[in-house]
Amino acid sequence: MLKTVLAPRFAVPLVLAVLVVGLSFALPSNFYLRVAALVWISALAVIGLNLLMGYAGQVSLGHAGFFGIGAYAVAVLPAQFSLHPLLAALAGALAAGLLAYVVGRPILRLKGHYLAVATLGFGMLIAMTISNEAWLTGGPDGMPVERLTLLGWRVRGADTWYWITGGLLVIGAWIAGNLVASPTGRALRALHDSEVAARVAGIDVARAKLTVFVISAVYAAVAGAALALVNGFVTPDKANFMHSIELVTMVVLGGMGSILGSVAGAAILVVLPQVLTSFHDYEHMVLGLIMMVIMIVLRSGIVPGLASLLTGRRK
Amino acid sequence: MDKARGGKQHGEPMPELLQFCVSGLTVGAVYALVALGFTIIYNASDVVNFAQGEFVMIGGMTTVFVAAAGVPLPLAALVAIAVAMGIGLLLHRLAIEPARGASAVTLIIITIGASIFLRGLAQVVFDKQFHSLPSFSGDTPIAFGGAAILPQSFWVLGGAAVIVVLLWAFFNRTLLGKAVLATAANRLAARLVGINTSFVVGLSFVLSAAIGAVAGILVTPITLTSYDVGTLLALKGFAAAMLGGMGNPLGAVVGGLTVGLLEAFGAGYISSTYKDAIAFIVILAVLFVMPGGLFGKASVERV
Amino acid sequence: MNAPSTPLLAVEEIGISFGGVKAVDHVSFTASPGEVFSIIGPNGAGKTTLFNLVSGVYQPKTGSVRLAGETVTALEPNLLAARGLSRTFQNLQVFFRMSARENVMVGRHLKERRGLLAHLLALPSTGRQNRESTEHADRLLARVGLSDHADTAAANMPYGALKRLEIARALAAEPKVLLLDEPAAGCNPVETEEIERLIRKIADEGVAVVLVEHDMKLVMRISDRILVLDQGRMLAEGLATDIRSNPKVIEAYLGTHGTREANLALD
Ligand SMILES: Nc1ncnc2c1ncn2[C@@H]1O[C@H](COP(=O)(O)OP(=O)(O)OP(=O)(O)O)[C@@H](O)[C@H]1O
Ligand SMILES: [Mg+2]
Repeated sequence: MLKTVLAPRFAVPLVLAVLVVGLSFALPSNFYLRVAALVWISALAVIGLNLLMGYAGQVSLGHAGFFGIGAYAVAVLPAQFSLHPLLAALAGALAAGLLAYVVGRPILRLKGHYLAVATLGFGMLIAMTISNEAWLTGGPDGMPVERLTLLGWRVRGADTWYWITGGLLVIGAWIAGNLVASPTGRALRALHDSEVAARVAGIDVARAKLTVFVISAVYAAVAGAALALVNGFVTPDKANFMHSIELVTMVVLGGMGSILGSVAGAAILVVLPQVLTSFHDYEHMVLGLIMMVIMIVLRSGIVPGLASLLTGRRK
Repeated sequence: MDKARGGKQHGEPMPELLQFCVSGLTVGAVYALVALGFTIIYNASDVVNFAQGEFVMIGGMTTVFVAAAGVPLPLAALVAIAVAMGIGLLLHRLAIEPARGASAVTLIIITIGASIFLRGLAQVVFDKQFHSLPSFSGDTPIAFGGAAILPQSFWVLGGAAVIVVLLWAFFNRTLLGKAVLATAANRLAARLVGINTSFVVGLSFVLSAAIGAVAGILVTPITLTSYDVGTLLALKGFAAAMLGGMGNPLGAVVGGLTVGLLEAFGAGYISSTYKDAIAFIVILAVLFVMPGGLFGKASVERV
Repeated sequence: MNAPSTPLLAVEEIGISFGGVKAVDHVSFTASPGEVFSIIGPNGAGKTTLFNLVSGVYQPKTGSVRLAGETVTALEPNLLAARGLSRTFQNLQVFFRMSARENVMVGRHLKERRGLLAHLLALPSTGRQNRESTEHADRLLARVGLSDHADTAAANMPYGALKRLEIARALAAEPKVLLLDEPAAGCNPVETEEIERLIRKIADEGVAVVLVEHDMKLVMRISDRILVLDQGRMLAEGLATDIRSNPKVIEAYLGTHGTREANLALD
């Protein structure tokens, strides 16, 4: 009985919706709403990456590249071609998906650490292009993003963006949950455990990996576009490999193969640095320490780790 | 030693080529040492230690600050190596050992956490400035085949060569080294024949830390150092190790030198802003053809 | 009992070597609908490797595989699966993070509707498909006697149960040819008997079953024909009764495998 209610496909978007609505009352100021919006955006990208890493078991150390493509699409396209920012976001998501589709096939033939280094290199190429082609992207200094206007209404204010990004997160979690519970999702989880058995079961493993790679790239690009619109400014460091590693860390910290975990992981790594600024010079030490302690205590990540603690470590 | 006749000569293709070669090999030697550090720890424990770059930083920074306190440079360098080894040991005892049996990604995130922590620690204990060390044998470039080569480059290359030889001797000539190899080959079997594998893994961390620190000390006079140089070095070292074939020491050395050369030639002949891109494009191309790296064995996965 | 009709699976002169060692050396055999064709031989004889070659997991160096008259040599395993070839693994290849039911549902993959958009948006067709696959999986779990384990994570199931889970998963694809690699290994006599009945029934439904098994009593009881491999080569092939009394076979077993199994074979 409890099990059906807790079926992740229904429960997770519901929990997140409640969280978004609930927090909107609890958060005292625009500053907090803004931080929360940043959490929702990161969480969206992390959910996409978790589909790839946690479910299909394929690592990507280059996802910030896709994030950057989404972000720069809404910066560059309206500025250069006076495209509407929403269309630009769509174009960014499409471009990221297309690029993932093209490079995915050769890259995803690699396994484990080799896949990691190949995606890392690929992400670096995107990041380098963004920071070196200053005529288009403003180079290392970044560039401003045109404000979003919908039917004459200028979208602005921390609360507005809070709701928009929160809505995006809930939709993203819903779609991810759908995928996981579908035949495609089962194929992905299967190839994570045994590629050979998955192939023998009729799964086109290369194609399945490519599918989830493209989907996760689109998630990252949408998140990147949202961040650019919220900030009104883009900088190349969001396409940088440090951001890629941050996204991967969020996935693992929150819990591989857990959508709620993705939100938890994003929340930790977005909120902690804000909190830790009061530690000044000790900020990084504390951050690194917390990461290590979480991973040592809750090896499978925050959400799965806590879940198994609560259910009394049933094995 | 020949005194140089002045700066480098521009425009002539051969000296230029040589110049790029030497600077590429110098940087490459550092990457190779970082990659070796990755390899040693990976072989002993399957852990990919992303804090490997921090050992290089600790080596350089500690030497700078200990030397600044009035300690003679060679002694300062020894202190720095000892400090790095201590930190390597602590990393293993306090962070890796308690998480024994955790999945590979979990362990990787722990080492990333450790790398952030060590960076933060360096920021507090030292500072956020760039620092240099005096070159070991002066700064007068040595003319060589028309190119002007910094004497420190020879220190780096020579130092790396000495480390490789010492490592080879350690693994092939000492009982302890053989125990490490045995552990790398088959952990369970090693445990069964009475090897203390936890000790071996700890040793691999200490060894890798020492190698990283030496690299940091040797290269600081050329490239400077600061609390955050480790990240990029870890990245390049990891890429180099993968290019060579993970777990293969020879591959690590060749991979490191190759990445260094690619960067130098890419920067010199194609575009300095895209030098990293060129290195990675070549790495991608190699992996597409050889998915197990340059020295990876082509084997059929057993089912 | 089942007069072997036209062969469904025809393997000819297939071979592969690893580092100069011929693991499988010019092996040929056929299997027909409704028959149980067994492959026996001492450890390291090349039985599993032969399965890997036939199912497309390894690329053969020599020879060919034909399935229903069509040449399918070295085809990807998933394409072979789509043509009706399924298998289990000697070294379990279970999806450990998934429940028993989900494991079998994955086996159903080829028969499932695959519209990515429908999956992402959970359109009604996906719901229907999931229910259909669930019911089908539950029927198969019942068939192999694992109904009680349906919701258990495969990681928490005992070895013998996992062997049967693999059979259920393979059956989910409704194969025409089924390769079973030591399905009774590690099973107690009761379980072995259940597996025997199951295999017999699968064959009776018209599937060509190719069986690799070390339990000689089981092999002798269940097989229509037997192929004996030794060091990658075919040692003998024929009806169970002929194999039992073939001196070459006895020698191979006595020479490399000890007397126990030889005696069993002679029982
Ligand atoms: N991927 C591989 N790489 C190298 N050698 C292999 C590989 N697969 C099989 N072999 C070798 O091929 C030979 C045949 O092995 P195989 O597993 O097919 O034997 P088997 O008859 O199934 O034995 P068992 O009864 O023990 O299961 C063995 O010598 C084995 O070591
Ligand atoms: Mg076998």
